[in-house]
Amino acid sequence: MKKMLMATTAAALVATSAFADGHAKEVKLGILFGFTGPIESLTGPMSAGAEMAMKEVTDSGMLLDGAKVTSIRADGGCIDNGMATAGAERLLAEGINGLVGSDCSGVTGAVLQNVAIPNGMVMISPSATSPGLTTMEDNGLFFRTSPSDAREGEVMAEILQERGVKSIALTYTNNDYGKGLADAIESSFKAIGGEVTIVAAHEDGKADYSAEVGALASAGGDLLVVAGYLDQGGAGIIKSALDAGAWETFGLPGGMIGENLPKTIGPDLDGSYGQIAGSQGNGIDKLVEMAGDAFDATSPYTPESYDAAALFMMAMQAANSTDPADYKDKILEVANAPGEKIYPGELGKALELIKAGKDVDYVGASAVELIGPGESAGTYRMIEVKDGKNETIGFK
Amino acid sequence: MDFLNAIIAFLNYVFIPGVAYGSQLALGALGVTLVYGILRFSNFAHGDTMALGSMATVLMTWLFQSWGISLGPLPTALLALPFGILFTIGLLLFTDRAVYKFYRVKKAKPVILVIVSLGITFIYNGVTRFIIGPDDQNFFDGERFIISAREFKKATGLAEGLSFKTTQGITIVTAVIVVVALFWFLNKTRAGKSMRAYSDNEDLALLSGINPERVVMITWIIVAFLTTIAGVLYGLDKSFKPFTYFQLLLPIFASAIVGGLGNPIGAIAGGFVIAFSEVTITYAWKKILVYLMPESLEPSGLVQLLSTDYKFAVSFVILLIVLLFKPTGLFKGQSV
Repeated sequence: MKKMLMATTAAALVATSAFADGHAKEVKLGILFGFTGPIESLTGPMSAGAEMAMKEVTDSGMLLDGAKVTSIRADGGCIDNGMATAGAERLLAEGINGLVGSDCSGVTGAVLQNVAIPNGMVMISPSATSPGLTTMEDNGLFFRTSPSDAREGEVMAEILQERGVKSIALTYTNNDYGKGLADAIESSFKAIGGEVTIVAAHEDGKADYSAEVGALASAGGDLLVVAGYLDQGGAGIIKSALDAGAWETFGLPGGMIGENLPKTIGPDLDGSYGQIAGSQGNGIDKLVEMAGDAFDATSPYTPESYDAAALFMMAMQAANSTDPADYKDKILEVANAPGEKIYPGELGKALELIKAGKDVDYVGASAVELIGPGESAGTYRMIEVKDGKNETIGFK
Repeated sequence: MDFLNAIIAFLNYVFIPGVAYGSQLALGALGVTLVYGILRFSNFAHGDTMALGSMATVLMTWLFQSWGISLGPLPTALLALPFGILFTIGLLLFTDRAVYKFYRVKKAKPVILVIVSLGITFIYNGVTRFIIGPDDQNFFDGERFIISAREFKKATGLAEGLSFKTTQGITIVTAVIVVVALFWFLNKTRAGKSMRAYSDNEDLALLSGINPERVVMITWIIVAFLTTIAGVLYGLDKSFKPFTYFQLLLPIFASAIVGGLGNPIGAIAGGFVIAFSEVTITYAWKKILVYLMPESLEPSGLVQLLSTDYKFAVSFVILLIVLLFKPTGLFKGQSV
């Protein structure tokens, strides 16, 4: 009986591997996003965006002579380093060829140091924006399709200046992302002659924010800039400040832009403004058209997610290999000029061009242009809340 | 004028939020202290009982809202509150029958009951999220402000606005009513007296013919009242989010212990001590001092004793100091 069992198992194994060979190669991309946690309302569309790029490539049949690209999702929790590291390790154990992620800056750094570098895995994050990641030693394994917050600080300072804001109070969520962004905003705003009356941290998920709001209000300022998360303490601070009548308009950096915020706060948020990494032009319009009703392609960091997945597959084709050690040097090459410009929906064409030995310049949905150690140069969408909706009022 | 502005700023940013938050903590701490005094264990499931009770109220509120029933300027949730309380009574009595009774009959050590209550916490936690989800839920309706900052400024011509939310008003009024009713019950009624007797000395109470099961049942019913009211008031004032109720557990326990575990007066005092220490010690006094001081003495800094990052450290330092010098809390409670 035992022998019989062994024999059938062995036969089954042989059969499956033979079947797999016949069905050409399979490329696995891991998606490590915080499906639970402070930005859980954003990660749904983000992963849908990344998976749409994979499906597009699979359907085109152009990647490495007809490879099938599959996605494996894992929950990174956004603020839980242990959970993210465990998730990344699981993905590696399942044999991924590249890792899209992670989403929040703190966990991205942790995964990079503890999992990606020791295992030589390439990571492309669509949304980790901490300036700290720019200088982190990464052995050429880390890229991001989102710009660094140092750039967001400059953009926000410019917007504030254009609106005639002379002084701001600044509060940030107490983690890598919040601190990095707050530092960037403070130094940029001071550099152009603005005054920052107070910089105070707030903890997420606390019961009461009247102490924080009291201190902020006492320091004063034309505007309160909340560098936090929309599903977390950021919303609590705004609510409490509105209730006390301390401020009526707020400055909202990237982490605070999302459909949930106007929904939670209500009409009092009208008139507040901010910015989020995002692009204009053909790319994003094309992506919206492709996504249709399946998901909201204009949701924050969704275009960047599509682009992150697309970059992986084009670099693999350029290196003619799915081994991270081979294709990691090709990512900057396919992302930047020279070459033919590639927009969403043209991934098949891009792979064909690469195969023919021609150069491509991936523009994608978020106008990808990787600078420095592999991060986006950064265009920003300027947002203003009007009638309970986030409306795009321009680009920077 | 400047003096008035200073007072208004103090009321708006320190006093009113402090009193409202203090009342919420006091109601929570009363529940914790009753369970500790009578059932003799620290009930970690308290925060999530609040969440579950509030959840029932939120669902009822939505039902009423969909029927078009409202209380005019008052939030509909007040109308739904009795149903929420009924649900919580059922829930707590069921939990007691199914879980706590088993350990009570075995005369289990308090530390075992504490861990059991932690287990109950996780179950309640899951049930809440399963039914209503982990997100923020808005169930407030009616008039938002009794006094809004903008109108106050217009009416008085002062530079500082004073805002007094309807929910803050309701919170304070309800807390006073509940506390008065509770003390009347504990001191004047037969059932209340038997509860105090049971709390003072279990064996003696048994000998004088007090039925322990009845005392336990009444305790849970009162705890259900307190938790649901505290939870709903908190949810109305801030927002209903299951996770923040779990977070409330820490300040609530700090309040109960500072005041003296098992002592109802202590629980109320503790609630206000914790709330005000969180708000005042981290408050930046610049605004108020600028109004009060002559121009030459005006502070240039923020005059902030500690950054708000240390808000929670403050309540725990107070807790430590109190326990070091008065191990039974400010008002004589049981030592932990």
